[in-house]
Parts: sequence; structure tokens; C-alpha cells
Amino acid sequence: MENNVLKIHDIRKSFGALAASDGISLDLRAGEIHALIGPNGAGKSTLIKQIAGGLKPDSGTVQFLGQDVTGMTTAQRARLGLGRTFQISALAMEYTVLENVVLGAVGQSGSVFRFFKPAMKDAALLTRARAALARVGLETQENVVTAELSHGQRRQLEVAVALTLAPKAFLMDEPMAGMGAEGSKALTGFLQELKQEAPILLVEHDMDAVFACADRISVLVYGKIIATGSVNDIRSNPEVRIAYLGEEDAA
Amino acid sequence: MNMLLLIEQILNGLQFGVMLFLMAAGLTLIFGVMGLINLAHGSLYMIGAFAAAAVAGWSGSFLLALIASMAAAAMVGALIELTVIRRLYDRDHLEQVLATFALILIFSEGTRWIFGSFPLFLNIPEYLKGTVILPGGIEYSLYRLTIIGIGLAVAVGLFLLISKTRVGMRIRAGENDREMIGALGVDISVLYTLVFALGAALAGLSGALVGAIQSVEVGMGEPVLILAFVVIVIGGIGSIKGALAGALLVGLTDTLGRTMLPVVFGTFMDASSATTVGSALASMLIYILMAGVLIFKPTGLFGSS
Amino acid sequence: MLRERTVNMIVLLLLLVVPAYALITDEPFTITLATRAVILALAGVGLNLALGQGGLVSFGHAAFFGMGGYAMGILASHAQNYTPILESPFLIEGTNSMPVIWLVAIIASALLALLIGALSLRTSGVYFIMVTLAFGQMFYYFTISWPAYGGEDGLSIYVRNQFPGLNTLDPIQFYGICFVLLCAVLFLVDRLNKSPFGLALNGAHQNEERARTVGINVYRLRLVAFVISGAITGLAGALFADLNRFVSPTMFSWHISGEIMIFIILGGVGRLFGPVVGAALYILLEHFLGGLSEYWFIYLGAILLGVVLFAKGGIIGKLAKREVGHGK
Repeated sequence: MENNVLKIHDIRKSFGALAASDGISLDLRAGEIHALIGPNGAGKSTLIKQIAGGLKPDSGTVQFLGQDVTGMTTAQRARLGLGRTFQISALAMEYTVLENVVLGAVGQSGSVFRFFKPAMKDAALLTRARAALARVGLETQENVVTAELSHGQRRQLEVAVALTLAPKAFLMDEPMAGMGAEGSKALTGFLQELKQEAPILLVEHDMDAVFACADRISVLVYGKIIATGSVNDIRSNPEVRIAYLGEEDAA
Repeated sequence: MNMLLLIEQILNGLQFGVMLFLMAAGLTLIFGVMGLINLAHGSLYMIGAFAAAAVAGWSGSFLLALIASMAAAAMVGALIELTVIRRLYDRDHLEQVLATFALILIFSEGTRWIFGSFPLFLNIPEYLKGTVILPGGIEYSLYRLTIIGIGLAVAVGLFLLISKTRVGMRIRAGENDREMIGALGVDISVLYTLVFALGAALAGLSGALVGAIQSVEVGMGEPVLILAFVVIVIGGIGSIKGALAGALLVGLTDTLGRTMLPVVFGTFMDASSATTVGSALASMLIYILMAGVLIFKPTGLFGSS
Repeated sequence: MLRERTVNMIVLLLLLVVPAYALITDEPFTITLATRAVILALAGVGLNLALGQGGLVSFGHAAFFGMGGYAMGILASHAQNYTPILESPFLIEGTNSMPVIWLVAIIASALLALLIGALSLRTSGVYFIMVTLAFGQMFYYFTISWPAYGGEDGLSIYVRNQFPGLNTLDPIQFYGICFVLLCAVLFLVDRLNKSPFGLALNGAHQNEERARTVGINVYRLRLVAFVISGAITGLAGALFADLNRFVSPTMFSWHISGEIMIFIILGGVGRLFGPVVGAALYILLEHFLGGLSEYWFIYLGAILLGVVLFAKGGIIGKLAKREVGHGK
């Protein structure tokens, strides 16, 4: 039964003597939110980069929708349907909200070499862009310059841009970071709706949010996955308590 | 092409390379530590040469002239760092390029205004004139040999400075993480001025040494600046080791290329075509070399990506 | 604060009114100055596409300016000598026809930009600046040492090239040709900027990672922009050579690259008419300050320094707020 949308197998990556990824295997199944947690320095960002395409693993494979994408660039993976949001917003700050989403639509359309028709008057691009904005609730802000958005709104915009790709999976890097309780709750609800369309691999520090919305959790410590399971499994796992939650008790 | 001539050209290539190293080392340090691209470096080279020529003419002492070249360049360097350069650290590269280009215009025209358009003369001192006999029976210019020596000594000195002293440690730390070193309480602005002045002094020294073999004139720094950029691209920005390797590579390739390419072409072309094609190709050779390095290592031989 | 569009219209108007006035008052020299400004503006418009929109700080655009100039020089000199450029395997003769020369200049510069861009765009940041500078200089040194077309002394073209139906030696008619070309290119670049291509190019400039994660191949995007940019600057080079009836290796020198950048920053980086305003200002400064002192570059340097440090947005930046929203 192959309902693995994303399959990471035995990924290894070292920087000099440091093994940032030490034989990591995990998968993302259709319809789930799979959270990746772990203490700082565990190697979460390195792993995400290797999955998204910015970093090449020393060995191991990344498979997306049954296809080996280990050698593909970020852009190629995006075109296959891998959506991504960033911990520190990666948006074109001088553009308006609408322009950023239209940029996403342009990328999705695959034809960036169109030179004559104004992008912001193109019906197809605008429809797709506005639909994505409506889903995250930013449609009233479409003409606001991105630099002027609040932190929470930028997060929403990131999700909207990812949505324009009609993604088959999402990689989200700390989407709750910097959001208050209200914002986190709203985003959690949104993610639960979203997972039906495309499963989400979520890196997060906010444990309340993780326990509230994750279907499965994997724990990454020193470049290795020490446990994968449901919320209850992880909560009661003694190794996890020591390695991660236990450290908080001691501190 | 006989062996003697070949060895002489290799030595010339080394001499050229070592002078390029002085320029490139300063540039790469400034970029590595401050993240700044400095086009005015060529002007500092020129200022060093002019200072040396002026002081040599006035005092008659070559040694004094060399010291003056370093001091003048360092002072001008410190001055522009304090007034202009430090405003540029946070700016983007385009603005750094344009601002330092503006400085070139000011310095070049300013020098022309003060000294006129005719080249000045800096003479090799009596005690360095003439030739020496090297092992193997090769006769080579004493002065050029001295230049090689000075250049290598500076290289060793820089290596020691960077790896063994506290200042060097701060430079290396500054290269790795600018914000961190500021947070550690090191007075970063003093460090920056020092690094800039050091780079300037090296450029000035280079200008003075070369000024005695070529002429001292406005705009002399520009071809050298461009070559120094090629050196840094080949060697990798921020790496002194890279600057040395790149400089020697460029110096040797250029010198040997110019002498040997016409000869190579002469084996199957008539003499005058061979000279034409050979020299034209030779003038492009180091850029082809640079392109070649970039294809395989876009951040240079010793650069970090 | 005016709207940027208003400022652009005023500039266009001035570019029509001033030469017309000079025609009436019989001041052909002023018309020639205006022609110079328009041609240099065109070179700047080319660079601005790569630099202002794409964020590619190319310090070697003189390579394309020179390539366009030499395309003209080679074609025209063979025409005036009645000798063919190539006899076998097929006959290529020189030509005096402007449209043909322009076409050749554009194609040659585009190909050169493809080559230089393909290599340079593998680097980024400071490396890119230095590499483009180095490639530009490579052509400079090559043309100096290649004796065929004048070498260091350059090449004089005795007759101005021809354009069907016009007397190109008449200053105002030649000005008209250049002005129309500039307007055509401005129109094209404006469409380009507003198109998906332009949106992606500027988007990649603002945030490269963002462009990648929406599936855009940034290298290819920038290469295409660089090629178009080089082709435009090459066209300007051909016109410049025609204006002066002279081509020399200095057209390849990095001073030219620097000067083109100066126009852009004086006028306003990334603004459609930035290079136009900047080039016009530069010509005025050259004329008036140059008349005052032989060392006027010192003043230019000081002004440039002042603009970079204190007036980043250039003249248009001071006059008009940047229009928000791409499609307007």
C-alpha cells in the first residue's frame, strides 16, 4: 500500500565532523499532519532543506509521489507540487500582497517567459491568486505592501503563496513562531482543514499546537529520529521525555 | 626558446604575481572582514607610488620613499574609511561600487590636478641596480629579485599576523561573524579602520615598488585593480591563501603566456601573424583562466560557498 | 510629489522641445548634445533592466556597448573600402544601411551577453560584479592588441550610415531616429517590466528563495534578462559609433561601464526613465562643468558620492514616489 506522499530514506549529511543528519528515515502519508520536533540544534532545518531542495544529502533518498527527487532543484520540486513555508518569511517585501501571490501563480503556470501581457491584468493568474488569498482570509489586504503586514498576516501570505502551487504536500517550518495564542489556534484549525488536500510535514516548537493538531510526531535528536508515533505514544515515550521534555524539567 | 629565457620569464611572472598579491591581499581582507567591495584600491596603489616618487625626489632615499608610500596610503585609507567607507558597510554592493568608483574619479583627477598629466619618475636606488648571478648561471635583475623577496616576506608576515596575533584572531573572527564580534565588546570600528589602513598600505607599497620599474602616472592603479579582482575570483574571496595562490597563478600565466604564445603560433604561422594572434590571445588568457575556474568552482579555489 | 508617470511625460516633452527649439534658433550643437544624451540613455535603459529590475550588478556592460559599436565599425568600414568581410565559404560584404547594422549589433551583443551571462550568472554577489568587470576588460585589451580595425587608435568611419528616406547627416533627422528608437525601447521595456517575466525577475531580486520555491528557474530567468539587457546596450553602442563616426577600444573600457551605472543612479535605479534623466543630467554636467574646469570629473565624483550616500533614489526618487502595485 503506497500512500506515502513523501518518503525520506536514510538521509545522511555531515558538515566536517558534525553529522547533522545521521541516517534519517521518515514518511508523510496522505491526509495527515506529521510534526517534526526536537531540541535546538537537532538538525531540523538541515533536514527540511534536504527535503525541499536547497541542500544535497551525502547519501540517502528523498521520494515525492513515488518519484526520486534527491537530485532535483528546489524549483523542480516546487513544480512537482511541493509547497513550502519559511520560518523567517521569504516574501518579496516591496510587492503588494496580491503581487506576491500572483508571483506564485506565475511559477505554477510554468511559463515565466511571457513578455507582453501585464501580469497583474491576467485573468487566469488573478483568479488563482485571489482564490488562494480568500482561503487564508487575506483578500481584503490585497493591495497592502508586504512590508507593512503584521507578522501573523505575513504567515498567512506565505501559506497563500504555497497554495497557488496546488501543492500535493506542504513543508512548514515553524509556522506558529511569533504568533499569539489566538493566532496559533486559528492556524491550527486551518491546518486541519488543509491536510485533507495535501499532507503537511511540520517543524514546530510550540508543543501545545503540536499536540493539538498532529496525527503523528517524529522526534529528532542529534540528527537521528529517536521515536515516531501518535501524540499519546510520544507523550508517554520515556526516551523522548529524557531527551527532550526531560531536559526542560532539569532546566 | 631556451631554458635561460624561460627561467627569466618565470621569475618575472613570480615578481608580477607577488605584486598582485599585495593588492589582492588588501582587497580580500577588506571584503572578508567588512563585506565591502572597494574599487578605490587602485587609487591607493597610485597614491603610494606618487608619495614614493615625491619623497624620493626630495630626500634621495629609496627606503624613505617606500616608508612614505605605505604611510601615505595608510593615512589616506584611514581618512576615507572614517569619512566615506564606514557609511557603506550596511549598504548593498551596487552602492559600494558606485561610491568607491566616485572616489576613483576624485583621486585620479585630483592627482592630475596636483601633479599634472606627465608621469613622474621613481628611480631604482644605486644599491639595487644591476644584476645578480643565480644558481645555474642565470643573470637576473637585482631589483626584481628584491621585489620577490619583499612580497614573499609580506606574505609570511600576513600569515603570521592573521594566525598568531590577537589582532589576527579578531580579524578572523570578524570574517566569520560580524555581529558576534561586535557583541563581544571588541571595538569593531577601530578594527575596521585598521584593516582598511593595512590593506591600503599594502597597495601603496606595491605601487611604489612597481613605480620604479614602470612609470608613476595617473590611472596606473586601474589595470592592477582589475587583475587583483581576477586574482580574488580565482583564489576565493576572503582567503589570503587564495590571494597568494591566485596571484602567483595569474602572474605566471600572464607573463609566460605573453612570451610563449607568439612562439607557439610561430611554429605554424608567419612571424608577424604569430605575434599578432599570440599577443591578442595572451591578453585574454587570464580571463579565460578565470572563466575556467568559475565553471568548476564558482566561489574560487579556496573560497567558501 | 508627482506621479512617476507625470515625471516621465515631462521628460519626454523636454526631449522633444529642446531639440526643436535648437532647430529654430539654429544651434546644431545642442541637437548633437541631445542626441548624445538619448543614445547614452538607451545604453542605460539596457543596463537598468538587468540592474534595476534584476538586481544584477553588471560592471561590464561596456562589453556590449563596444560590441555594438564595433559591429557598426566593421560593417561600415568594409562598405566604405568596398572590400568584403568574408569571401569564403560565403560572401559577406559590409553595409552602410542602419537597419541592417542595428540588427547585426543587436544579435552580436545578445550572443555575447549569452556567453558572458552563462558564465557570470553562476556566481553571485561580489563575484558577479568582479567577473563582469573582468570580462569587459578582456575585450578592451583584446581590441587594443588586435590591429585589424585600428587597434588602440580606433577606426574612423567617414560617412554616416544611411536610413531609407532620410538625410542622416542632418542633425535633427539623426536625432529623430535615435529618439524614436529610445521611445520604442522604453515602451518595450515597460511592457516587459509589467509582464510575468518582469514580475518574476524583480521578485527574484527581492527574494531569490521565494522565486525558487514557487518553481521558477532563477538562473535561466536572469540569463534571458541579461541577454535582452546586453542587446539593448549593444544597439546604443552602434548608434554612438554612428554619432561620432568613430569606434575605439575605449568603448569597452570599464569607465564606460561605470558611467552607464552613474546615469542610472543619478536618475533613479529601477525607474523606467531613470537612465534618461540621468544621461541628460550627465550631458549637462559634462557640458557646463566641463566648460568651467578641465578636472570636472572631481565634481562628478563628488556629486555621485553625494547621491549614493544621501539621495539613494536619484532624481526621480526625489520627485515621484514609487508606484505601488505592479500593473499600473
